[in-house]
Order: sequence, then structure tokens, then C-alpha cells
Amino acid sequence: MSDIPISHILFVSTALFFIGMYGLFTRRNMITMLMAIELILNSVNINFVVFNKYLYPDKLDGIFFTIFIVTIAAAEAAVAIAIIINLYRSHKSIDVEDATDMKY
Amino acid sequence: MTASQIIFYLISAFILSMGVLSVTSRKIFRSAIWLLFSLIGIAALYFWMDVQFIAAVQIVVYVGGIVVLIIFSIFLTQQSGKEMPKAPLLRTIAGALAVLFGFAYTYLLIDQYGFPTIDQPFDSDVARIGNAMLNTQEGGYALPFEVVSILLLAAMVGCIVIALKTKPEEK
Repeated sequence: MSDIPISHILFVSTALFFIGMYGLFTRRNMITMLMAIELILNSVNINFVVFNKYLYPDKLDGIFFTIFIVTIAAAEAAVAIAIIINLYRSHKSIDVEDATDMKY
Repeated sequence: MTASQIIFYLISAFILSMGVLSVTSRKIFRSAIWLLFSLIGIAALYFWMDVQFIAAVQIVVYVGGIVVLIIFSIFLTQQSGKEMPKAPLLRTIAGALAVLFGFAYTYLLIDQYGFPTIDQPFDSDVARIGNAMLNTQEGGYALPFEVVSILLLAAMVGCIVIALKTKPEEK
């Protein structure tokens, strides 16, 4: 367990974060952008758990931050998908380039 | 190399390759399935780190909840067999370069910092988490717990209001 240096686990979470950033830069479809955001949030969760486990093993703060981030990510995904479905009804497209007007 | 190290590197390679496939695949349904595998790999990483409760939460909320929601919304809004249009070459190159430099810079900082690890067993059993979550004393998390429950209620009501079908005569 402790034979893996902490920087190797941080390598995974950093790489996952930047993979998500790449998806956010190149995609223009709202659902795929939402998937990229989920990847970014997961990399942050890995960071919180790793720091809690290896640097402050007597505390539980990282675990709690992870639990709350997961909860808020679920709420965020639900609201985002409601907005996407509503946008699809009015514009017949969920491409961010097509949604240029904010009028009702 | 011990078995634990080999398992860690296998899980990491799985997570990263599935993540790359998820952001580069041009069929949106396959992209969602790659995301599902990536999230399962992250849950396996939590199991490897001995935080079983977080791993269970990851499987229940992400794999069982969010990915299913995303797949439903794909079915509602897309022709899922169709390929998405390719991103412009300039945007792809610029995005890849920005991401590569950002990653190199961040990992250089992490590698040079050299975190001082404490060799002490980490106790994360569910009873300890539950006691801390409903504790109103110093170091307890009762207030964030209640705030998050209000947030979930607000999000639920908001989703229903946003996605509600408007009546045709209102338009």
C-alpha cells in the first residue's frame, strides 16, 4: 500500500483533470461537455482522498469533502440535464454554438 | 514489484485510457459508455486505497445515477448512431497544446514538492464517518449535511420546474 509514492497517485488525478479540460476545450455538444466536467470533478475527489489518507490519517476532512462534492455533482448533473432537455425543445439542438440567444 | 503496485498501475492505465477514449470518441453513446468504465476504474482505485465507503458512494451515485441520467438524455436529444462533427483542427491542436503544457507544469510542481507522508494506518470505517457527520460539536459536519440536504431539495424542485412542459396556448 505505502510502496507507491504519493506523486504517482497524483499523476493519475492530474492527468484525469487535464483529459477533462481537453474534452471541455474541443467538444461543442452540451452532453459531452457535461461528461468532461464529471471527469474533472472525479479527479478532484481522488486528490482529496489521497491527501487525507497519506498526509492527515487522523482526520476525516478529505472524506467529507469528497462526499459533499459527489452530492453536489449529482444535483448539478440533474439540473444541467433538465436545462439541456428544455433547450432541445426550444432550439432542436444541444450544440453550444446554436444557442446564441438568451431570450425566452 | 509487488502485487499491490502492479494492481495500482493496471487500474491507473485503465482509468486514463478510458478517460481519453471518452473525450475523443465521436459517437456520443460510446463516449458515455467509456465514461462509465472510467468511473468504475476510479471506484476500483478507491477500493485499492482502502476507503470502501467512498468507493460504494462512487458506484451508487456515479455509475448508478449520473451515467444512467446522461444516457437517458442522449436518447431524448440525439440520434445516437450518428457521428458528431469533427472539431476544427486549430481548436484540437490549441486544446492539446494547452493541456500538455498545463499538465507538464502542474506535474513538475507536484514532483518537486515531495510530500512528507506519515506512516500511520488510516481508519475510515463507516461508524466513524457517520458519527462525525451528525456531530454538532467541534469537528462535526452536521451543518454542511443539513445545507446539502436543502440544496438537494432545491435542485429537485428546480429540475421539475425547468423541465416542465409549457402549455401550447401560453406561447
